[in-house]
Amino acid sequence: MIEVLHPGMYSSVQDKGRFGVAKQGIPQAGYLDSHAATLANILLKNNENDALIEITFGQGRFKFKTATYICITGANFSPKLNGQAIQVHQVYYVAPDDVLSFGKRSYGARTYLAVQRGVQSQIVLGSRSFSPGITSQTLTKGALLPILPIQEEEVINGFSKVRVSKTHFTTRYLPCFKGPEYAKLNKVQQEQLVNPFTISEDNNRVGYRMQETLKNKLSSILTSAVLPGTVQLTPSGKCIVLMQDCQVTGGYPRILQLSEIAVSRISQKIAGDKVQFVLEE
Amino acid sequence: MSAFHLTYKPFGNSAILIEWPAKIAEDIIGDIVIFEKKIIKNSHVVDTVVAYHSLLIKYTAPVANYTSITLELQELYNTQSSQKKEVQQLWQIPVCYHPSFGLDLEEMAAKKHCTVEDIIALHTGVSYLIYFIGFLPGFLYLGGLHATLHTPRIATPRIRVAKGSVGIGGAQTGVYPQNSSGGWNIIGKSPVNFFNTNNTAPIFAKPGDRIQFIPITLAAFYVVEKEVANGTYTLKSSLL
Repeated sequence: MIEVLHPGMYSSVQDKGRFGVAKQGIPQAGYLDSHAATLANILLKNNENDALIEITFGQGRFKFKTATYICITGANFSPKLNGQAIQVHQVYYVAPDDVLSFGKRSYGARTYLAVQRGVQSQIVLGSRSFSPGITSQTLTKGALLPILPIQEEEVINGFSKVRVSKTHFTTRYLPCFKGPEYAKLNKVQQEQLVNPFTISEDNNRVGYRMQETLKNKLSSILTSAVLPGTVQLTPSGKCIVLMQDCQVTGGYPRILQLSEIAVSRISQKIAGDKVQFVLEE
Repeated sequence: MSAFHLTYKPFGNSAILIEWPAKIAEDIIGDIVIFEKKIIKNSHVVDTVVAYHSLLIKYTAPVANYTSITLELQELYNTQSSQKKEVQQLWQIPVCYHPSFGLDLEEMAAKKHCTVEDIIALHTGVSYLIYFIGFLPGFLYLGGLHATLHTPRIATPRIRVAKGSVGIGGAQTGVYPQNSSGGWNIIGKSPVNFFNTNNTAPIFAKPGDRIQFIPITLAAFYVVEKEVANGTYTLKSSLL
């Protein structure tokens, strides 16, 4: 078990998400930074879809009731094990009663805490990913998350640290594709769209709203499918980048679609950060 | 027979959006449902999203060649479906229009210069086609609301609309499958569960099915609510 001593601002269990159920109106959910989450699972020799804890903006404190191996990737909030600083992108052994905590932000927004063979929270509709209205558990103070005992045959050898390029956290560039309604934008809008945008305070697992306003006369569309990474243009001229907890359909023009790596990158941004859409041909 | 001119657009690098003429029409949604049935047989398709005039196909891996996959889809669209037409059902949904649930009933009646009974009669007098499921898990987009009942959304949306509330927003009517914020005019409440993750199919209905609202008394509402909670309630349905 892992006991949540403090969930921080927002923590949730996530795997890749729910698939095959979108036509029933069920959001995909799943980890936002698939790049970082996958790396944590690889370093622990887990499966890519094993569930881990996504911690938004540090602060969380977790106590291990069972011995396991852990690995922390994504945002660096100065992790400490029993008060001793530990590294990100490195595998550590934790013993029962060890406490993992986070401190000062170094970079990024979302940290991934992976354990050997993954967090064993309840599977609902094929996934352990927390999703409002679908799963009932939340990571509040005192919550207990089941984990599996250490598999001795699979002792992680080497404990070698992996070097990860900081570019993932510092770059402003978001590679993306033209969205279904891109062609409806006028020339001026198309040019404005590749200027830098600023992330507003209004950002979470559902979507990221940009501060800037485009002059916009495009009306709503007949409700149609949207995806994580879809950039919508609202009637007021704001761009919203949808994230993993978004609904399956929407009524605003879909002007861009972020690549998977772009969704990972933006999920590590905070209010005030700059991003820039880069169109792939 | 396939009769619509479809457009195919890439949506990101691992999905295709197929669009029908942009309108809300029963023959269009019928055509989409038939095409979707053929497409989901492909093991590389991980998800589909049906909407009024569109069908999204999500693939398990990035699409290498959009041109060839579009040609394949066009060919598939034009093949006569060999399988039997899917069984479509008419679901009977009990709704209690008691004023304690139908918060906006009296105001609506006043605006429309009719009685609350007239509104209930119009709302329960027809069956509604299920176009698709979106907005919230288990929220059915329904078509067929009587023109007299078309009502603009309320000026200030409610922070909390109770699960099961039946509402009217513009030309649409529907049931909130969970507690939610919402701006629709609330006219009643259904004790039926529209979304249950304990069931293999969390939603009983599918696009192409129809539903009809059946008015029930407050006493009957509480009986059904109890049966739903105990798992002893069976929704009535018939074949279309």
